[in-house]
Amino acid sequence: MQFLCDTTSRVPIYRQLTEQVRAAVARGRIAPGERLPSVRQLSRELVVNPNTIARAYTELERDGVLITQPGRGVFIAELRSDLTKRARQRHLEEQLEQLIVEAVHLGFSAEEFLALTTKRMEQFAFTSPSKSEAST
Amino acid sequence: MTDVIRTHRLTKHYGSQRVVDSLNLRIQRGQVYGFLGRNGAGKSTTIKMLMGMVQPDFGTAELLGEPVENLSPETRSRIAYIAEGHPLYNWMSIDEAVKFNRAFYPQWNDTLIEQILDHFELPRKRKLRRLSCGQRAQVSLALAVASEPELLILDDPTLGLDTVVRRDFLESLIQIIHREGRTILFSSHILGDVERVADRIGILVDGVLRVDCPTDHFRESVKKLVLTFAGPAPEDFSCPGLVQCWNRGTELELVLVGYDDTQRAAVEALGPRNIEVVDLNLEEAFIEYTRGKRRSLPLFAQEVRHAQGTSDQGAA
Repeated sequence: MQFLCDTTSRVPIYRQLTEQVRAAVARGRIAPGERLPSVRQLSRELVVNPNTIARAYTELERDGVLITQPGRGVFIAELRSDLTKRARQRHLEEQLEQLIVEAVHLGFSAEEFLALTTKRMEQFAFTSPSKSEAST
Repeated sequence: MTDVIRTHRLTKHYGSQRVVDSLNLRIQRGQVYGFLGRNGAGKSTTIKMLMGMVQPDFGTAELLGEPVENLSPETRSRIAYIAEGHPLYNWMSIDEAVKFNRAFYPQWNDTLIEQILDHFELPRKRKLRRLSCGQRAQVSLALAVASEPELLILDDPTLGLDTVVRRDFLESLIQIIHREGRTILFSSHILGDVERVADRIGILVDGVLRVDCPTDHFRESVKKLVLTFAGPAPEDFSCPGLVQCWNRGTELELVLVGYDDTQRAAVEALGPRNIEVVDLNLEEAFIEYTRGKRRSLPLFAQEVRHAQGTSDQGAA
């Protein structure tokens, strides 16, 4: 995957990187089991202090997005969640609510909002229904 | 001994002006320290005192555990210094400069300098005075790196370089950082570069070290608040950690260091209709912090080293 680093952004570099990995996974651009560049490689490539890269990787690993296999490298983890389905749903609803508030204030109708959402969803790699059930 | 650079109340006057004021600087092994401040803040004077080129009026400085005024040649050979503007012996060719420099450094790396000179495609036979500004910077970096220094001190190394040469220069710095245990102190005005390479930053304001903390910690702690009022905004406001305050009619813009619950309460007590908290990038945070009303500038340091996390605010 392609990483970008923008020092004019108000988002710290380590967070730019974690967001890029999460987005790439969500869009299916990078699949579980795929390997990411090592801290040193990415540090060289982006011209960024290796500690910054390490911080991004550590956070992603903590969130279960990555796994480090000592001696082998850094890999995208299988999607999993330690939270119950109910907790995850509550979290999602909170996020959704904010989005809907924004949509209402921007003057969109419910139909337009739904159509737009459906269209954008095509770009993402959602978990299939059976798998989603299994992980509850 | 983990402090590679340590100064104690280092002070220098030029005439009646105190250019460096009781500076306590401690830089640990392996750190990449971005040394920041506006023009005339005292960065170069500090670096020159570290290199023994300027005598302090008061205080002490140690490099690699030895006082700078009598560094042993052995210790000196573990330190590389790139002065502002990349001064070189102009009458030498690149090859001659390499030969000259290697004599001072027992651990000189011939392979490395060959690689760097090749990488930059530098004309070996050309006299240094006939090189471009970018090439001079590349030569001085190559010379500094080939000595395999444990401590590298650079005074505004990317000043005047074009974007491409600057990027090459940063890439070389990253390569050095990858070598274990190397410590780098560099001053710069290009905050984007600092954010890329520095673990930790120090900001000098009028000779006083006002900020000394991890790079992310500083930028995350400086916030801009925009308060919107139903009527005219209050003329003035004060609370601990306030750096800037502007009245813009019905809005009050504040810049705060270490935004916390106490400050939030003080701000809410003004009764604004809305409070918007804006994150800043490193450059914006630096500008807001250093152009403030200086008398009220809050000190900002973090005693616990290597702490990351965003919640441990170290503002005083």
